[in-house]
Amino acid sequence: MSGATAEQRLPLQRSFAPGTPGARALEWLKRNLFGSLFNTLLSLVVLAFAMLIVPPFLRWAVTHATISGVTRAACTGDGACWTFIRMRLPLFIYGRYPASEYWRVNLAFALLVAFCVPVLREQTRHRVPFVILLFTVFPALVTWLLSGGFLGLVFVDTNLWGGLMLGVLISFVTVAGSLPLGILLAFGRRSQLPVVRTLSVCYIELWRGVPLLTVLFMSAVLLPLFLPQGVSVDRLVRAMVALVLFNAAYMAEVVRGGLQGVEPGQEEAAASLGLHWWHVQAFIVLPQALRIIVPGIINTVVDLFKDTTLLTIIGLFDLLGTVEQALKDPAWLGFAKEGYVFSALVFFVCCYAMSAYGRSMERRLAAGR
Amino acid sequence: MLLAALVALICYLGSMAATNMSRRHTGFGFGFLAESSNFDIPFRLIPWSVGDTYARALLVCVLNTLLVSAMSIVAATLLGLLVGIMRLSANWLVRNIALGFIELVRNTPQLVQIIFWYVAVLQTLPGPRQSISLPGGALLNVRGFFLPAFAANDRADILWPLALVMVLAVPFAWRLRTRDLPLGARSLSLLPVAAVCFAAGIDHLDWPEPRGFNIAGGVQVVPELVALWAGLSIYGAAFIAEIVRAAILSVHLGQREAALSLGLKPRQVLSKIILPQALRVMIPPMTSQYLNIIKSSSLGAAVAYPELFQIFAGTVLQQTARETESMVILMAIFLSINLATSALMNWYNRRVALVGR
Repeated sequence: MSGATAEQRLPLQRSFAPGTPGARALEWLKRNLFGSLFNTLLSLVVLAFAMLIVPPFLRWAVTHATISGVTRAACTGDGACWTFIRMRLPLFIYGRYPASEYWRVNLAFALLVAFCVPVLREQTRHRVPFVILLFTVFPALVTWLLSGGFLGLVFVDTNLWGGLMLGVLISFVTVAGSLPLGILLAFGRRSQLPVVRTLSVCYIELWRGVPLLTVLFMSAVLLPLFLPQGVSVDRLVRAMVALVLFNAAYMAEVVRGGLQGVEPGQEEAAASLGLHWWHVQAFIVLPQALRIIVPGIINTVVDLFKDTTLLTIIGLFDLLGTVEQALKDPAWLGFAKEGYVFSALVFFVCCYAMSAYGRSMERRLAAGR
Repeated sequence: MLLAALVALICYLGSMAATNMSRRHTGFGFGFLAESSNFDIPFRLIPWSVGDTYARALLVCVLNTLLVSAMSIVAATLLGLLVGIMRLSANWLVRNIALGFIELVRNTPQLVQIIFWYVAVLQTLPGPRQSISLPGGALLNVRGFFLPAFAANDRADILWPLALVMVLAVPFAWRLRTRDLPLGARSLSLLPVAAVCFAAGIDHLDWPEPRGFNIAGGVQVVPELVALWAGLSIYGAAFIAEIVRAAILSVHLGQREAALSLGLKPRQVLSKIILPQALRVMIPPMTSQYLNIIKSSSLGAAVAYPELFQIFAGTVLQQTARETESMVILMAIFLSINLATSALMNWYNRRVALVGR
């Protein structure tokens, strides 16, 4: 026993090589960058390449950039003109939402965080009530808050909604709508009844086989065809319906993966205790499956959030749409790089945070087994 | 009961669509495909002129979609393989640059990337007169890439297809090698013969050169195609890199150690022992990435690359007001391309799958 641990400790001891910090750094460099001739060459090539890209980028983005001032006249240097972003920031976040009502959007963001935290927190003991709150009370509250029209709030047309707020809103609605539908479809795909199974498989494969863009376009162009005359549905709602239907197919596959991850013995044991099929699924299989699929759902949400940019093509103004709109402003022509780098950065921060959380959760789940 | 409700819903939607259509005086039918169109397609692989039928426009667009998808799949696979291997490098710098690339690309929307390449990179290139000369005689400017072209002489009509057939025959003949037939190994000699055939068909090289306000000669690769290609391949590569990494890690460590102890060089271990085994694990997730690339090629609409979506959900729809038919065509074609691709990959998967494990 002691011999084995000594052997195991050997590489560890090497990584804490004795000596001054300088010597240790030298040791690290030698091992990680200049271990062999090939490695040294590789390091030098990569370093040269980095020198070619990083300093000019930093020069453009930081040292030679401008952020002060209120007009484009402030941007005299050859670096980036962040003044443009700073001046148009409200447009990028709130779209054309009336400036006096910004607090409503801010409050909605705060509510989203407040309702999500207990659902996502590790230590929460009874998650189900919080999930139900998130998917029932929260949407009602936010719909009232954002569109208003009664109880003392001024009505704000959905045409004015836009920017980052629109992307977040649509992502939330789509998840809330497609998760239940996806669960149903996943059960349908595993069903014993051939008709239900075939229909579910057809639905899932059909949506997964066509590009999201055609689906969104269909919602914009084709959906009115299927409605009675005189009934017109808001453009935003139509896009949401399309996204929910589309995303449900992807959710179904994630959920199916989770259902397959639950040991069959669980189901059999519950059935042998005399529980009805519905009870077995609802109280035994689904809770265990949902626990496994949280990382998968987070991945889907990340994809979905990135895909909200496609709304730009069908004429809704999400973050990318507002950036493109701002770029067409004659007072601020020629700042395409700044605009796109900014929107990429916003998406990167949001998506990286979400996927990092998903990964840490995945690790915890793996460790808990 | 569920089924009855579903059937009722479909009937209701169908009747609603029919009444709405009759009110708009548009019947349902694909007869418009035979009518002549009235628009130009700026980039195409087969001849096209204003006034050709919509059916031919469909063919032009499908070929454009297939072209950019195929180019992106090849580039994404190669780049993804490189980045995936870099991710596992012993070199700290290489490993983390690969990680940074993957995280940066995976966490920004594909549409933003494509538009960025188009608007912020390709559109800021100099005009034709100040073209950037690239090695090999290619030119790069705001109107795209200009590559030297092979001008055919009168013998090329026979020689070039012949060369193509020879190249295509090699993989099939190569397979015979495993059955110990001498033909298999000798099939490699077809390649130089094909090259000679191809060279004999060349009259001269057509170099692109600035003339007036434009570029004369050579083959033009429009910037829309370059932007879409870059966007699709880089985005796909980041996902493929993670697949490659996971697949390589899934190969048992003992395999590598055994190969090293047999005296194989590290590079041989990678190419002859690790990658062939990782390939089996890679194929199913790779298939779904390829399907994603094909589907995402519809994002070409954002940079006006004339692919299926851009032409049929844009120009054609505006000219003919045939919404239902255009959408049906679009969805049917994307579905069939995807089904064909996944059938091909499944066939390949069955072929390389380990038998009797």
